[in-house]
Amino acid sequence: MDLFELLNFYVIPGIVLGSIYALGAVGITLIFAILRYAHLAHGDLATLGAFIALAVVTTLGVSPLAALPVAIIATAAVAVGIDKVFYDHLRERPKIVTVMASLGIALMIRAVVQVVWGVDTETYSRGIVRPENYFGLRIRDREIYTVIAMLALVGVLHVFLTQSKWGKAMRAMSDNPNLALLSGIDNRKVIILTWVIAGGLCAASGFFLGLNTELKSMMGWHMLLPMFAAAILGGVGRVEGAVLGGLIVGIAEELSVLVIPSEYKAAMAFAILLFMLLVRPTGLLKGKVL
Amino acid sequence: MEFLGLVNYALFMAIFIAIYALLALGLNIQWGFAGLFNAGIAGFFAVGAYTSAILTTEAVDGRIGGFDLHFVIGWIGAMIAAALVAWPIGKICLRFRSDYLAIASIGIAEIIRLVIKSEPALTNGARGIPGIPRPMSDIGYMESQVAYLIIVLAVLIAAYVLVERQFNAPWGRMMRAIRDNEDAAKAMGKDVEFRRLEAFIFGAALMGLGGALFAHFNRSITPEAIDPMVATFLVWIMLILGGSGNNRGAILGAAVVWIIWSVSEIATDRLPHEYAIQAKYIRLFLIGLMLQLVLRFRPEGLLPEPLRGDQRSAKGGADH
Repeated sequence: MDLFELLNFYVIPGIVLGSIYALGAVGITLIFAILRYAHLAHGDLATLGAFIALAVVTTLGVSPLAALPVAIIATAAVAVGIDKVFYDHLRERPKIVTVMASLGIALMIRAVVQVVWGVDTETYSRGIVRPENYFGLRIRDREIYTVIAMLALVGVLHVFLTQSKWGKAMRAMSDNPNLALLSGIDNRKVIILTWVIAGGLCAASGFFLGLNTELKSMMGWHMLLPMFAAAILGGVGRVEGAVLGGLIVGIAEELSVLVIPSEYKAAMAFAILLFMLLVRPTGLLKGKVL
Repeated sequence: MEFLGLVNYALFMAIFIAIYALLALGLNIQWGFAGLFNAGIAGFFAVGAYTSAILTTEAVDGRIGGFDLHFVIGWIGAMIAAALVAWPIGKICLRFRSDYLAIASIGIAEIIRLVIKSEPALTNGARGIPGIPRPMSDIGYMESQVAYLIIVLAVLIAAYVLVERQFNAPWGRMMRAIRDNEDAAKAMGKDVEFRRLEAFIFGAALMGLGGALFAHFNRSITPEAIDPMVATFLVWIMLILGGSGNNRGAILGAAVVWIIWSVSEIATDRLPHEYAIQAKYIRLFLIGLMLQLVLRFRPEGLLPEPLRGDQRSAKGGADH
């Protein structure tokens, strides 16, 4: 196998898949660090975002990329709503109770998708897209959009977290919630902001998975494990770590086909997760361990 | 005829309730006693079901297994296999907060599902393993249903007595101490990680036994026999509704939830076909909503955890 074959069939799809995982993993890492629980409904929230974009594409007849902002806003609103209705009153209870509630929410969101859109496979646009040739590298337009959108969204988020007042408040709450409260930071606003960001990125993650493959009601649930593996690999609470972790998990999954049977591709994320918990639970970029 | 049909349905339901009650008891050891979040119940269930199937069926060419052993050996084997799967996961994840175990248990259930689907030499792939012997099946149909119910109930009662004994024994008190205040328990010299691992493995073994009982009741096991997410979630809602930390609550919850679940299935099956599929997902939505409502309005469940001593501490202790 020559180098171009390796790049075209394994590394490039891996980077694209990794970018999709990264978008979800950033949300997971923020929720894990700021709200301090594992949000198990994250994958299904991504499914919902993808299907909202599908609804916009089919009813308005716009191009999928134009539907993305609508899906991001709508899913962010849904995420804030779920927090208000279902998670908010569990805040004073042990965090693991919220983890359990989120497992129930995952089931509920999926049921809504299955009732509204059915269980059949859907796509944003019909027909086969041929990849363009860039000096021997075969890349599709949508793959370029995926990686660029991921870098842009995470870049904006990074500037927001490091430069703006509310971004700093979020980081303060992640470091020490009591101290943040004492310094006059309104925890409730930070929580809403966290859900807006996590929900929006989640929708983007589901949308790009749907754009590059197809839409299924289980698509998000199957992304949950790789997204958590990415968040823990990068270090919980580290946004740039989640991106790095997502890319590594994505590329590792695609490359794994070279050595293990392709049926076990999905096991790669689990292996990475267990390995990191075993040797370096703080992750590559030294995040938190709860 | 109508009467016989009803009796048969009731027997069927009772056997399923007993099997689910066993799973709920297993989860009660993990969550109720030790506060461990296992989201991969269906995985341990499947390991138990397939292990017992492999041990007790007759030998077939092209497939490992078919040892034609006695069903009791199959059931013991199922418990051991489920415990062996639980051990490494617990070993790695129990050092951390239970969130990590939740994620890893989702992962292990997923891997078990992959193995079952893609290792035909072991599990016969999508066709599953048929011809699992059922104890007392050589008598009439109805009699054999009754006999199997008696066997399952005997297993359930034995499990209940043993678990309840442990709950009141020093081991049970220690587990609850670890659950409610890990640092204090550690300061008292308890080996927190090892004790949690014990609870996780005992619970997993009971789930494996539940799987074996299910496989022998159905006489076959296929990858599609149970929906992993639905089964896992049903067991969770059974325990939370019944009362986590209370063994009788776990059994009561299993009965209540399973009756609601299967009666609502009868109701939705009467709908026209195009609504019937949607109704299936609406039922899933409602069972998810039920968990949210129980967590909000009655977190201690129908039968709260029995607490000794200071009742003022009941609020903090019951919902871990």
